[in-house]
Amino acid sequence: MSTKPMKVVLVDDDEDDRMFFSDALQEIELDTDLQEFNNGQELLNFLNRPEAELPQLIFLDLNMPVMDGFECLKNIRSNPELENLVVAIYSTSSSERDIEETFVNGANIYINKPNKFEELKKTIAQVVKRNWQYEENEMDKANFLFRI
Amino acid sequence: MGTGLLPVPYAMKFRLDYIPKQVCQKVVSERLKEMRIAFSFNALGHLVVETEVSPALLTEINKALAPYGISLSETGKNDIVNDIKKAVEELVYSGDMRKFTTSVYLSKKLGYSYSYLSNLFSEETYTSIENFIILRKIEYAKRLIIAGDMSLTEIAFKLDYSSVAHLSGQFKKVTGLTPTAFLRILEKRNLKTKNL
Repeated sequence: MSTKPMKVVLVDDDEDDRMFFSDALQEIELDTDLQEFNNGQELLNFLNRPEAELPQLIFLDLNMPVMDGFECLKNIRSNPELENLVVAIYSTSSSERDIEETFVNGANIYINKPNKFEELKKTIAQVVKRNWQYEENEMDKANFLFRI
Repeated sequence: MGTGLLPVPYAMKFRLDYIPKQVCQKVVSERLKEMRIAFSFNALGHLVVETEVSPALLTEINKALAPYGISLSETGKNDIVNDIKKAVEELVYSGDMRKFTTSVYLSKKLGYSYSYLSNLFSEETYTSIENFIILRKIEYAKRLIIAGDMSLTEIAFKLDYSSVAHLSGQFKKVTGLTPTAFLRILEKRNLKTKNL
């Protein structure tokens, strides 16, 4: 029912992974608008611009140079203006400690990067739809937690 | 004294307390009766007119209601979807899920067949009514878990799960986390916020 495309951000230092993600997002035929960044610092620079139009959903890799995902997440959650942003950790790590640590630091979603294209499409679609449902139904974002 | 120009020293002010839905329905009922139009109000408070309402008649009704700041508009698909969501939320949050079959409850409450509602909901949203109900139940379960006043067994019963295992299984399917892991994360998160 939403008419404007959902603004989605991907933060990942691996160019191949970014292309893989972007192709998958295009193929799932949901109305989205993707913006990409190389690392956490680039994302923060973008979010902190006064005229920045905040994204509705951020896919954030953990291991990145300059500023990693953990640090970036902590920065986002310590800024009251950004506290409602939905952050999906998008990482190859399946360590339970990493998963819990990111949730405790304010991540909403934890995704293990899928290797198969079809699986990635399914995962992204699931995350985008779920986020859309939360927005449409004004559900409490503070309790919005899930892992795939 | 006694000129009538002085302010009355004992003038009293009253606050108006009223129930908008009741006032609105009373006014609409009176005007429609005057216009000899057969009608009723359904469980959601929508006006159901028992004959076909032509655009000219709708204009006429709206003209009669305009002085009271009331206007009628036809319910569209979005309204029905919103009504479904509202009814589901009411049902889930009432804690009375055990007493009703959801399809019968929605069908009675909204006055449409369940298959019509179900198709409309799927067409208009990214999900089915069944999935929306599950999502809402898990949201409510989260709130109850956080509130900490009820055991998982009590929560499972309240939300019409056959067992704690059933609730935990659905919770895990929706969130990827067990209820215990969810609570642990939230507690750690709150502790962190408090320590900042």
